[in-house]
Amino acid sequence: MKNYRSSRTALLYILPALLIVVCMVFLPIVLNLYNSFFRWNSFGTEKVFVGFEYYIRLFKDPVFYTALKNNGLYAIISLIFQVGLGIIIAAILEDKLIRKFQPFFRTVFFIPSVISIAVVGLLWQLLYNPEVGLVNGTLEAIGLSEWTHSWLGDSKTAIYAVVAVSQWQYTGYITMLFLIAMQKIPDEFYEAAMIDGASRIKSFFHITLPQIKEMILVGSVITVIGAFKVFDEVYVMTSGGPGRSTEVLGTMLYRSAFRNDEMGYASTIGTVIFVITLTLSLIQMKIGKTGKEV
Amino acid sequence: MTIKNRIFQLAVIVWFGIFSLVIIFPLIWLCLSGLKSNRDFFLNTWSLPEKWLWGNYKAAWDAGVGDFFFNSVFVTIVSVSIILLLGAMAAYGLSRFQFKGQNMLLVIILSGLMLAPQVSLLPLYKLLQAVGLYNTYGALILPYVAFQLPFAIFLMRSYFLSIPKELEESAIIDGCNSWKVFWHIILPMGKPIIASAALLTGMFVWNEFMFALVFIEDSSLRTIPVGLMNLRSQLNTNFGIQLAGLAISALPMIIAYILFQKQFVRGISAGGVKG
Repeated sequence: MKNYRSSRTALLYILPALLIVVCMVFLPIVLNLYNSFFRWNSFGTEKVFVGFEYYIRLFKDPVFYTALKNNGLYAIISLIFQVGLGIIIAAILEDKLIRKFQPFFRTVFFIPSVISIAVVGLLWQLLYNPEVGLVNGTLEAIGLSEWTHSWLGDSKTAIYAVVAVSQWQYTGYITMLFLIAMQKIPDEFYEAAMIDGASRIKSFFHITLPQIKEMILVGSVITVIGAFKVFDEVYVMTSGGPGRSTEVLGTMLYRSAFRNDEMGYASTIGTVIFVITLTLSLIQMKIGKTGKEV
Repeated sequence: MTIKNRIFQLAVIVWFGIFSLVIIFPLIWLCLSGLKSNRDFFLNTWSLPEKWLWGNYKAAWDAGVGDFFFNSVFVTIVSVSIILLLGAMAAYGLSRFQFKGQNMLLVIILSGLMLAPQVSLLPLYKLLQAVGLYNTYGALILPYVAFQLPFAIFLMRSYFLSIPKELEESAIIDGCNSWKVFWHIILPMGKPIIASAALLTGMFVWNEFMFALVFIEDSSLRTIPVGLMNLRSQLNTNFGIQLAGLAISALPMIIAYILFQKQFVRGISAGGVKG
């Protein structure tokens, strides 16, 4: 159609969105990189050029390695539970014998992911409370009193307690992604396999997994990127403590900027987050190209 | 049904039943504990409230949740409206027109999907201060629009591509310009995906925490997620009211989700993107 050839008209439609995205998403990334080479604080106007000083300091900062380790832990545990367990749950929900119960379980499993992370974090802080919390209460009720613990108060367990909340919240979400991918697999595949005498487990490995390969890869990358973007739940439940044991890159950035007022150092952490998430995103884009429909 | 199948079915139902309990029980506990007095909360963690103190919910509402609620509703409605309008326009521009540089524009906009908001946090903080938007509703609306537009465009563009072109062709022959085509054909035909985009971006805006924490200083402008943090320190000793506040904040999203489930699932299946 002739009308659709005018690039000027097309730009009129695209420009408002493009401008906002460029000014509020891309420009800040460039500014962030620039800011990481200066010493500055939120109220002073003066910026002092320090070059790579903050980068050198960051790579010598033990808290940085705690944060990286915690983000990594987040990624690994989330892969096991959200992706690994998510696939198994989705496959079972799609099984003929369970399918009639699927709507109920699907709905329930997804519920936590619609609630604000802040609300979930505050709720779990109470559930973990050593005196009145349900977690210890449940352990006592089923006769495991010796396991009771100050979950968020102990620097050994705090990070696991925080990571667990994310699994509680998002396993249902990733499960839903896998369910949607599995629903695209034609039933005949399973019927044919059944006639050939394949068991459930065999069909799972030989039909389900290969058919949702793309979604597994995309789901994994989404999960890992998510693990490096973590901020809300850690900030709400522990603010990085006790000590600095639950610090992640996001809370470290926040603390440097708004507690210690070292904006340059915070910007440096921002750049590291950018490099990590960009690398992961590029991997995702590369994977996405091979699977057009996801 | 064979015995083996029956055992399989039973085992799964028990397993998933326990799972469901782990999800639902804390939420029910939250709503019920919101009705307890502090003493009742400490002494009878498990049981139903001794006296059902509905006043807790009112107290939480008056202590600030009401204001936070209004702020959240306002910011969400305005942000989502702008996202849908600008997003649909851009998706239309990118799906219907053919011009040089089209792919590049698409890549630029969609790569916004992948960037971590933390990276933009400090520069945005300074930018918003510089243009005088810091500590206003605009300080939230503008970044929310920017960070959700790529997602909305991504969803809507692929749907618009699937709308058959015949209707538009005849409209253009009848003398419609592209703006009329957009309003009278694309938007009405795109309703399902626009609804999905509204729900998913609305959910993001409603729940967003970090920007709301940093870009707003005044407690009277705070949205629910950050407002609740204030409430926690304010009401440190009254757990009943605190929990009532949390319940008020969680319930609207749960109810909305249960009502609009089909749309939610459709949106996710078109997008497959978290957060």
